[in-house]
Amino acid sequence: MRGPSITRRLVNGGMALVTGLCALLVVAVLFFILGYLLWNGARSLNWAFFTQLPAPVGETGGGMANAVVGSVKMLALASLIGVPIGFFGGVYLAEFGRTGWFAWLVRYTTDLLNGVPSIVIGIFVYAMVVLPMGHFSGFAGGVALGIMMIPIAVRSTEEFLRAVPESLREGAMALGASKGKTIATVVVPAAMHGIITGIMLDLARVAGETAPLLFTALSNQFWSPGYSQPMASLPVMIFTYAIAPYEDWHRQAWAAGFVLLAAVLATNILARLIIGRSRYKPVH
Amino acid sequence: MSTALPETLRSVPPPARPAARAGFWKRLVSGDQAAYLVTIVFAASIILITALLFWELFRSSALARHEFGWKFFTGRDWDPVAGSFGALPFVYGTLVTSALALVMSVPVGLGAALFLSELAPRRMSDALTFLIELLAAVPSVIYGLLGIFVLVPLLKQYVHPLLAKTLGSLPIFSGTFYGVSYFSAGVVLAVMIVPFIVSISREVLLAVPAEQREAALALGATRWECTWRVVVPFAGRGIVGSIFLALARALGETMAVTMVIGNVPQIAASLFAPGYTIAAVIANEFTEATDDLYVHALIYLALVLFLVTIIVNAAARLLVLTTSRREGHA
Repeated sequence: MRGPSITRRLVNGGMALVTGLCALLVVAVLFFILGYLLWNGARSLNWAFFTQLPAPVGETGGGMANAVVGSVKMLALASLIGVPIGFFGGVYLAEFGRTGWFAWLVRYTTDLLNGVPSIVIGIFVYAMVVLPMGHFSGFAGGVALGIMMIPIAVRSTEEFLRAVPESLREGAMALGASKGKTIATVVVPAAMHGIITGIMLDLARVAGETAPLLFTALSNQFWSPGYSQPMASLPVMIFTYAIAPYEDWHRQAWAAGFVLLAAVLATNILARLIIGRSRYKPVH
Repeated sequence: MSTALPETLRSVPPPARPAARAGFWKRLVSGDQAAYLVTIVFAASIILITALLFWELFRSSALARHEFGWKFFTGRDWDPVAGSFGALPFVYGTLVTSALALVMSVPVGLGAALFLSELAPRRMSDALTFLIELLAAVPSVIYGLLGIFVLVPLLKQYVHPLLAKTLGSLPIFSGTFYGVSYFSAGVVLAVMIVPFIVSISREVLLAVPAEQREAALALGATRWECTWRVVVPFAGRGIVGSIFLALARALGETMAVTMVIGNVPQIAASLFAPGYTIAAVIANEFTEATDDLYVHALIYLALVLFLVTIIVNAAARLLVLTTSRREGHA
């Protein structure tokens, strides 16, 4: 018996090489981004970045402490909106609405919402929150990010609940627990690990969102206590500082980019390590 | 909304459990109805939010829709001061940058996906996939930052002179290059969407049944022949779906494009001319829009962007679903 002809073997090896190079190219881009931000960002990063307010134009120094705090505050508010809706919506889909038109509609709109460009969410929140309030605010920014969190929270909750073996539910029911009690005390705790990591990935995703904040939270060069004033955030600061014509601001933008990317990637790596080899795939 | 119990509950015959016979309120307290009601209210709120979103965009674009109608999309003139709004330059820019992004990212993305799912050793594939999924997590404003300070100078110094020298006679490569252009935006978008193409195509390819591969290999096909003639045709629709999904991302992407496209509302034949996209014009002008017609025109653009991305997304998911479902993976 003869093997494949020499040409066929050459094509085989050649294509393995070509496709391998494609994969390498994509991965190289990641390392380039990481390396470049590390190089440029770490150089520009100093303690003042985390402790001081932005310096006025023309003055050197200053930091982005208000943007770091603003980002954290808006993410906290976003979680208050996105997590409950996403979690209970996911529980509905996994435990009550596996079939039926209403469940289909919920799934359909969740996917729809996931596909909405973030800038459109910004416009929506502008119309619903900013216009009635009469001014930009951290509250509006948090709402926008919260809406963006919903679809992924729903889908990851549903997926992890479905991965809980049916026998656990049957066991609990057989012992006389009601369906509600079964879900609350058996099914959800079994899937908790996954649900939390799903929410971490969700937070990491909206942490870098800029477009929906442009007309909701806007930005602020000062501290904004509470949620009723315009609020600075890291992504918006990166945008403003990067397109500004000042050398000094560019350095600050690199520092902020480095901090944001480090936070987002660290959260991602941590979450994926916790999920490990489970079959869950993050929703795109 | 009906308060009847859902299928899953009804199918379990309520036995002699006292709570089950004690009527609605008792059951509510016992947790069954309560859990059901709470979750269904939250689930319904998702539908409500999405419906509100659509309604709000529709309502808040009324002035522009009535004033311009379909002519909005054929008008080339965008002059807020004169009250004249034509969206063609933005539509054109959005389409050109997305098309450029696809041209650059699809071959590389599919190549990488084939390598990861069919040709690479398992461990290497897992590690590379992990890294590529991290790439998908990089925020778009970071891409914009690198676009402004790294890509644009690079294109200006090396790529454009080369293209101008060799292919400069073609109108699409002609003209002066300031760095910010359709081309720069296309490159940034290509890098941004490639991880989506890779990871979704890879998933679709992995859903192809092993028997298909075994049969081809048993007939004496090489790895590549098996991949190209058997696996790829089998996964064809899903692969197209992954490309559509990437396209939807590219159409709606805002920050990175805004930072490198130049933001000039014109239609230029050259890919090296500055342009504008729908998302970018909304990002740049929305907070400056003062009169109502201006605001409504921008929201009209948002409405169009919403509808287009929704349609492309739905088509993508349908395609991906039909491929993976044939195998019972859905």
